[in-house]
Amino acid sequence: MKKNNDEYIIIVGCGRLGSHLASLLSKTRRSVVVIDKEQHAFHRLSDDFSGFTIEADAIEIDTLLEAKINKADVLVATTNDDNTNIMVAQIAKTIYGVPKVVARLFEPSRKIVYEELDVETISPTVLSSIAFKNIIVGSEMED
Amino acid sequence: MNIIIVGGGKEVHFLTKSFLSKGYRVTIINKDEEYCKKLARIHERANIVHGDGTKPYILEDSGAAYSQMVIALTSNDPDNLVICQVAEKMFKVIKTFAIVNDPRNIEIFKKLGVDTVISTANIISSLIEQKIAVDDITNLIPIEEGKVSIMEIEISKGYPVVGNILSDIAFPKEAVVGCIMRNGIAVIPRGNTEVKEEDKLIILSLPNVQSAVLRVIRGRTD
Repeated sequence: MKKNNDEYIIIVGCGRLGSHLASLLSKTRRSVVVIDKEQHAFHRLSDDFSGFTIEADAIEIDTLLEAKINKADVLVATTNDDNTNIMVAQIAKTIYGVPKVVARLFEPSRKIVYEELDVETISPTVLSSIAFKNIIVGSEMED
Repeated sequence: MNIIIVGGGKEVHFLTKSFLSKGYRVTIINKDEEYCKKLARIHERANIVHGDGTKPYILEDSGAAYSQMVIALTSNDPDNLVICQVAEKMFKVIKTFAIVNDPRNIEIFKKLGVDTVISTANIISSLIEQKIAVDDITNLIPIEEGKVSIMEIEISKGYPVVGNILSDIAFPKEAVVGCIMRNGIAVIPRGNTEVKEEDKLIILSLPNVQSAVLRVIRGRTD
């Protein structure tokens, strides 16, 4: 087993979520590479971010190879387009066998399809509604 | 048969017309409301659904569960992938087709389970390249997105192969002469068939040996 700190993590999409996550992971000394189509997106990264950035379109296979996807332990897809996230996540999981793949999906209804493919999904809509509910009625246990 | 087409553009009009005339039931999904109204005016017998075809509930509204075929024709490759996957996995659609805009995505789509992947850019550019490269090739048909192709080559005077029998011609192993058109008659060649002037050789070959085949036939590559 590898030690956790050696993990190599690719983050696709350097928006608010991607950049914040990249900065957090970089602080825990993980090796992080962030991919985004737009150069200016990398300004969102914090000053102490010590990973690499790649300015390119992640659905192009050459970009993922440049990011050494075949060596990645984790891939996180956080672009603002659900379908791009889904496609990148599947390429990582199915073609390159990346052990842990997580994708953000705004639209929760597609979730079932992707759980079947062993891609973990996180839906901000579902997460925030649960958080709101817990604030409003407390975290009562119910189905 | 019920067919769902997602996307817009000339292909949608053409396919819809053709499917409707064959008696199939066609549903078109498009994101643009104005465009949907236009589609509805042009194709009175088709169902038009306004919405994002990558969303399961839009596909459901379009009757995906009762459709035998889904065709994804949008200009966005990830959208086309998701349309095909949702159709196949959630609605058990038997046949899914996707257009890919970036030819490098062909392999990816296939590995991710889309039945048939069509890259117009790839087919057209390979056709054009071949046509420009050699004018003796009178016809070239890529098969399975260009994995193998059939080409038709006219034998002109002075080609080194004229007068030789096929078994003496050193064609690459990955190429075979399937037929010779001679004076409008199709001849199925054997090893002892002689190549004559004005013959048209119909050759089945892998793309990587096409230029080698031409070199053998013409004695030059340009």
